[in-house]
Amino acid sequence: MSEAPAEIEIDSVGFSGPDASGHFGPYGGVFVGETLIAAVEELALVYQDLSGEQDFWSEYDNELRHYVGRPSPLYFAERLTEVSGGARIYLKREDLNHTGAHKVNNTIGQALLAKRMGKSRIIAETGAGQHGVASATVAARLGLECHVYMGAEDIKRQAPNVYRMKLLGANVVSVESGSRTLKDAMNEALRDWATNVDNTYYIIGTVAGPHPYPQLVRDFQCIIGRETKQQSLEMFGKLPDALVACVGGGSNAIGLFHPFLGDKRVAMFGVEAGGKGLETGEHAAPLSAGTPGVLHGNRTYLMTDPGGQIQETHSVSAGLDYPGVGPEHAWLKDLKRVNYVAATDTEAMNAFHKLTRLEGIIPALETSHAVAYAMDLARSMGADQTIVINLSGRGDKDIETVARLEGMKL
Amino acid sequence: MPAMSRISAIASDRIQQEKKLLIPYLVAGDPDLPTTLTLMKELVQQGADIIELGIPFSDPASDGPVIQRGVERALNGGTTLRDTLALVAQFREGDTETGIVLMGYLNPIEIMGYENFAGSAAAAGVDGVLVVDMPPTDSMELHRRLAAADIDTIYLVAPTTSAERAKDIAEACTGYLYYVSLKGVTGAAITDHESIKETIESMRQLTDLPVVVGFGIKDSKSAKAMASVSDGIIIGSALVEQIAKLSGGAPEKPEIPSCCAVIGEARSAIDSL
Ligand SMILES: Cc1ncc(COP(=O)(O)O)c(C=O)c1O
Repeated sequence: MSEAPAEIEIDSVGFSGPDASGHFGPYGGVFVGETLIAAVEELALVYQDLSGEQDFWSEYDNELRHYVGRPSPLYFAERLTEVSGGARIYLKREDLNHTGAHKVNNTIGQALLAKRMGKSRIIAETGAGQHGVASATVAARLGLECHVYMGAEDIKRQAPNVYRMKLLGANVVSVESGSRTLKDAMNEALRDWATNVDNTYYIIGTVAGPHPYPQLVRDFQCIIGRETKQQSLEMFGKLPDALVACVGGGSNAIGLFHPFLGDKRVAMFGVEAGGKGLETGEHAAPLSAGTPGVLHGNRTYLMTDPGGQIQETHSVSAGLDYPGVGPEHAWLKDLKRVNYVAATDTEAMNAFHKLTRLEGIIPALETSHAVAYAMDLARSMGADQTIVINLSGRGDKDIETVARLEGMKL
Repeated sequence: MPAMSRISAIASDRIQQEKKLLIPYLVAGDPDLPTTLTLMKELVQQGADIIELGIPFSDPASDGPVIQRGVERALNGGTTLRDTLALVAQFREGDTETGIVLMGYLNPIEIMGYENFAGSAAAAGVDGVLVVDMPPTDSMELHRRLAAADIDTIYLVAPTTSAERAKDIAEACTGYLYYVSLKGVTGAAITDHESIKETIESMRQLTDLPVVVGFGIKDSKSAKAMASVSDGIIIGSALVEQIAKLSGGAPEKPEIPSCCAVIGEARSAIDSL
């Protein structure tokens, strides 16, 4: 049911990026070591060619339909709406995708690129493990060797996903450097890529990294927004008044938002991880409380200290525990097209339980940040208005963490 | 460039003497700043022509484990870019001959501000800057600021760099051109000597700058092999590995000369060419 990507361009006049050199306004770019330049340039060229080919998108659509199970439903959350009091809340059910999150939309697309480029080895970084699982899954399906870099801290808090990756045949590499979380996993993946650049394809899991990643990951995630648009028209005869999504690197958020950027009356809210509260400094909210800088191949908002060191982040959810954010979000923030806000650990945990009990849907802790903000937002809106939350993933992977935080042991 | 930069002067001097450039790399503040200063002076004693001083950064994505740990030691001591610049100024009080190149990642420089950085670096006595994650196309603004402060901007050429791109890089580069001898991160092992030789020969057609080799030189044997096909060599991980054995706190320790011996040995090896 996805349309040709040309549609995106028409939808988002005025917000079309990146430019030919990979910039979204002042953000983005290609800030990587010289060894990797040839690889990212080759990828940009291949993607430019393939993204113009109808065959490529047909293959991608076919995979999404038959392997992932798309389209994902748009679901009216009646009891959540009642309890929130205000706007009608709909959930875009990315949690129902094969592997349980939006991440697979991207790994399917990039695996097709890897195949076309003749690469036999796949590497990925992962935080919550969802992207790692989605990468291991496509690698298994295509018979590719797969190595997933994961921070030692995250390995501890996402044990079920680590085991899933191993079952799928991936080699999970524990990253012991730096803060031992997602950013360090990404450093290690970049080092691997520089070393094995000839036969290796690096599947980045979010809309960050050097150009063309922010663009191509976005394009693969835009299926979320395109479906939402069509489903909204079918279900309630108009576009939603507000879209809400959590923002780690920003891939599920941009996937929902991008096809609506040109629809001026649709308000958008990206919800970052407020951790213990923005005022405490212990959070992972670069758009809400960071400054522009350069990390992992692009210029964007970052959490950096006055000396330019990247700061350690804190979030209850491993998938949001990242000090940067995709460059397109940085640009959309400056353009004031999207509102970036934060939800704390506690707010996310409360929302996790609310959604579970009210709708029988256990959301990922990442997603719970969006649910928390959307419930507040709903209260400030009228009953004739609608909100769509990107339900980016399911929470099965998080139940041990939740139990631990609540003093239980499983 | 109006006057000849210190790096160019050193290079032409060495070429005249038919000698190769010897460029050790160490991290500022590893294990602490006073020790780094002592190490720098010792490196000069043992024959360093230019010193590459690493600016500590929390996310050194182009570095292997040895230099990563050196950077972590420096960061544990709280070493900043400002401290690194102050270290250069201190070194310059006693040494106006040796070239100093700062090597690091872009974010600390970006946060300090390009103009401020270029001015402070020039005042401290820095001769060149190499930003690992800043390819020429995205670096025009910083390059311009550095040039205005008479500081060389050094770029890398890698085994994966296309011929066409190498030409552009050679044109943009000043000081010396840094050839990365392997596909990978700092400290890995060089495997393909023959292709390095060929690539360096082809780079000589592109530029009059000295072409130096770095990233995998571990001992006098590899130093000699790489120096024989280039204008000079950079030794990083092999030195930082020795520095890892020092503990901080007593900069004038007797181990300092033996810690830097890998550089002295490389000097003898390449001088015997
Ligand atoms: C379910 C889920 N939602 C959101 C995220 C955050 O990533 P992004 O901001 O790229 O969507 C993750 C990352 O692991 C995730 O697993």
